[in-house]
This record gives sequence, C-alpha cells and structure tokens, in this order.
Amino acid sequence: MSVFLQQLINGLSIGSIYALMAVGYSLVYSILNFSNFAHGGVIMLGAYIGLYALHLLPMSFLGALVIAAFGAGLIAVVLEKVAYSPLRKRNAPSLYFIISAMGASIFLENLVIATIGPTFKTYPQIFNPIPFTFGSISVSRIDVLMFVIAAISLAILVFIIEKTKVGLAIRACSYSSRGSNLMGVNVNRIIFVIFLLGGMLAGIAGMLFGMKYTVYPQIGVITNKSFIAAVFGGLGSLPGAVVGSLLLGLIETLSSAYIASQYRDLIAFTLLIVVLVIRPSGIMGKITEDKA
Amino acid sequence: MFSWFYIEGILILVGINLMVVLGLSLLTGFTGLFSFGHAGFMAIGAYVSAICTMNFGIPFYAALLLGGIAAMVASLFIGYFTLNLKGDYFCIATLGFGEAVRLIFDNLQYFGGARGLPGIPLETTLAKVVIINIIGIAAMAFLIKSRHGRNMIAVREEELASQAIGINVFHYKMTSLAISALYAGIGGALWAHYLGFIQPLMFQLTKSTEMTIMVIFGGLGSITGSVVGAFILTFLPELLREFAQWRLVVYGAAVIIIMITRPQGMLGGMEFSLKGIIRFFRKFGKKKGQSAINAPEGGAEG
Repeated sequence: MSVFLQQLINGLSIGSIYALMAVGYSLVYSILNFSNFAHGGVIMLGAYIGLYALHLLPMSFLGALVIAAFGAGLIAVVLEKVAYSPLRKRNAPSLYFIISAMGASIFLENLVIATIGPTFKTYPQIFNPIPFTFGSISVSRIDVLMFVIAAISLAILVFIIEKTKVGLAIRACSYSSRGSNLMGVNVNRIIFVIFLLGGMLAGIAGMLFGMKYTVYPQIGVITNKSFIAAVFGGLGSLPGAVVGSLLLGLIETLSSAYIASQYRDLIAFTLLIVVLVIRPSGIMGKITEDKA
Repeated sequence: MFSWFYIEGILILVGINLMVVLGLSLLTGFTGLFSFGHAGFMAIGAYVSAICTMNFGIPFYAALLLGGIAAMVASLFIGYFTLNLKGDYFCIATLGFGEAVRLIFDNLQYFGGARGLPGIPLETTLAKVVIINIIGIAAMAFLIKSRHGRNMIAVREEELASQAIGINVFHYKMTSLAISALYAGIGGALWAHYLGFIQPLMFQLTKSTEMTIMVIFGGLGSITGSVVGAFILTFLPELLREFAQWRLVVYGAAVIIIMITRPQGMLGGMEFSLKGIIRFFRKFGKKKGQSAINAPEGGAEG
C-alpha cells in the first residue's frame, strides 16, 4: 500500500509537469489546428534560461522562474513570427506548419548544442534535499514544489481564459477563428497571446523538469509525452490536456513500479495507439468533424 | 581529398536514403499523409533481414524482400487502426508507432536488445544499391502514372470530393502506406547490411524527421525531387563535416526558410523527362530564332 501511495505521489508530480507542457501545446492546437512540434525546443530553452538565471541571481528561485517563463514566452512568440506567421498569411495547409515546426525544433536543439554544448548540466541545489516523510512514505521537496507551481500556473491560466476579455476572445477563436475575426476579434493578437502563454508554461515546465533531473539539449524529446497526454485528453481541450497528463504520469510511475521500468515508455506509446483506436477524440475532446 | 572509397560510401548512403525517401514521397507527396514513424519501418526491415541472413542463412536479396514485407505487414496492422483518424491524429499515431517499435527492439534480447546486433554480413555494395534503386524508381514511376497513382493524388487534393466520385479513400491510403513501408523496410535492410551493426538508437524520431525533410526539400509530389533531395541532403552534411556542430543548425533554418518561401520544395510537382527537356530546348531555340527574325521587323517599324 505504501508503495502504491508513493508511486501515486510521484505520478502526480511528473503528471503535473506534463500538464504544463500539454496545455501549451493544446492551446496552439485549439486555435491554429496544427501540432506545434517546436514546443519541445521552447521547453528546452526555458530550462537553460532558468539555469543561467539562477547563476546570475543566486538562490532566488522565484526570480529565475519568472525569467525562464518570460524568456521562453518570448522565444515562442518569435518562433511564431518567423516560422508560422508567413504560412498563416498564405493560408498554407497544416502539413507545412508541421514541417516548419520540425525545422524549428532541429534548429533550436542544434543551436544549443553548437553554442552551449551537448553536455548534461545540473541545477544548483536550492532546496533542502531531505524529503518530507509521512510514516513510510517519503516525498521529496522538489516533487511537492513541482505540483504546487504547476497547479498555481494552471489556475492563473484558467483565470485568464475564463474571466478576462482576452480569454473570451481565445475561447471564441478556438470555436471558429474566422467567425471571431468577422466579429472584430484581432486574431493576430490572440495568436500572439496564445504563443506567449504557451511559451511561459513551457518555460516553467522546462525549469522544473531541469531541477528534478538534468538539463541537456535533447530534453525537448519529453514533449512527445505531452503530445500523448494531449491525445489522451483530447486534442485542443485544455481540461483534457490536464487530465490526460495526470493520467499519463500515474500510468508511467505505476507501470514502472509494478511491471518493469524499461517498459514504461512502451506502455505509454501502446496506450496512445489504443486510445486513438477506441476513442480518437480523447476523454474530453471535441469530435473532430464538429470543427471544420 | 576525397578518396573513391569515401565517395562510394556516401553514394551507398544516398541509395539507402533514397529507397526510404521514395516510399515517403508516395505517402506524403502523393497521398498527402504525414508519417513520423518511418524509422520504425526501417528498423523492422533492418532487424528482420539481419536475422534472416545471420541466423537462417537466407540469401541477401530474399532477406531484403522479407525485411520489406515484414515492414509492410506492420504497416497494414497500424494503418488499419489509424488511417481513419483525421488530421494530426494520424501523425501522432505514427509517432507513437515509431517510438514503440524502437522500444520493443530495445527490450527483445533475441535481437540484441539496447546493445545492438553486431556481425551482420556486409552485403550492400554500390552496384547492388544502384540496381535496387533503379527498380524502385521505375516501379514508383509506373505506379504513379497508373490509375492508382492518380487516385492517390485525388485523395491528397480533395478527400471528400474523391470519395464522392467513388474512390475508396481508405483503400488508397492503406495501399500508399503499405508500399511506402515496403520501401522503408528495404532501405532499412540495406542499411543493416551496409553497416554490419544495428542498434535501436539508430532508429529514433530524428531518423524519421530526416527522411521527411529530404522528401520536402526535393519537392512534394515529385519522384525526381526525391532523388535530388536524397542526393543533396546526404552529401551536404558530409561536405559540411568541418562545421559539424553547425550543420544541423543550418539544416533546421533551411527547412524553415524553404517552408516560408518555397513550400512546394525544389521540384514540387515537376518530373524529369527526356521529352520535357527536348521540348524545353526546342522552345528555347524557337524563341531565339523568332526574336532573330522579329528584330529587324521591329527595327523597321521603329
């Protein structure tokens, strides 16, 4: 039982990081209807920005987190302007967007390899490494922190989307971007906001992930997991992305505890295909035909 | 500077890549489906053919074909379940498939596990690669010119409309995926018998991406484009060896620039043909001839 509880907590903490990534990816998908495969690059750069910010401002964790968030948000916006905006103006098919995103992800990853280097880097020890213990369960402080920060960031995002005027416009655009354009919503501005928000979440996710593990140029590969999580929950659905991510985190940790850790990724990918076959729209997704 | 041995090696790699790229060209360029899982098909082809020649003593060409067929069977399985999915869902499903294949080989001790499979007989030579490529290109050109090829293009252009005029969209998507997996499997098999050693790490997502980029660089919907793409993008990294670290940065930037400036690729929708070249030169000659005749007239008028 204690093993189970332990894995449950680990699963929730890693799942919350997946959620931060999947929500950013899902936001872009809900408006632009294409898979932003460059999201992993933004996460990776967020992790590096956080690392260097911590070196600049020693021991100021929150300051570094804010810098990482805004830095990654800025990168996501620039990426949109350079790689997607020209395609958007030409009404290019989503295939071209995906290819452009792949090019961007190769570019970012190798730019970091060429400038910073391919080696693993570790974050400095900020928090007390001694875990909290409740009976036989021990929870590391970073796990708790990951969960709390992810929850706060997502709550802020939900607030923006549900309560503000920009959020209303985002919701309108995700329903029909052409229609909302006709109704006077500035779609270009909404896309700017979307990429900024998604990038900021990516930066936070990258920094937290880097703190728990290490930072390296291929860190963006973990975004594959966030694609899976988004598909679990339903592409383009934000609550779906969160639920899917938490589920994926739980499945991963439980399967590595009870089956074998080397099958962890395999189980995730198999589940992906099973979900797609049984219910392609995911747990909370819209049926794709509804959205032209 | 470049010894023949070195160039021969690169040419063999061009041929191997070209096989996979041809298959992907059919799927992405002609049928309009996007796959992230072709490294998975390559892996299946490579491992199956390697086991065939190593453990069962099956001759090289038969092993190549078996590797291709194994990949094809896997593609039928995955296609049956995922080809009805719309848009990016198929793309993500193939991504999951490719990674799953790699992870399965990672865990199968019979295939050497994560450490890889050494001691594969070195059967791939330049002559064999050239022969297989010529057969592959000819078969592909034949297929695309046929009714089936035109139906695939119809599916790419307008899925609903082609369904309305009685094209079985699912059937053609499936055929396209199966043939492209066959090519990828053979490409993987050639690779295994060229290197003599394979490892699951060699078939990561980046391999799939690399192949897709060759197709796009050459031009969607063009076999000639695929050949040119495979040639240039296999040679280019070799020539840029000195800037080893920066070459992929350039590569990534080039992909973005191509997409936003010339998204149809270098030769999108165009094919090389002798007739076309003759026509081009005739037109060119005519124009020159005409202007030569017209010039004095114009001068007289002015």
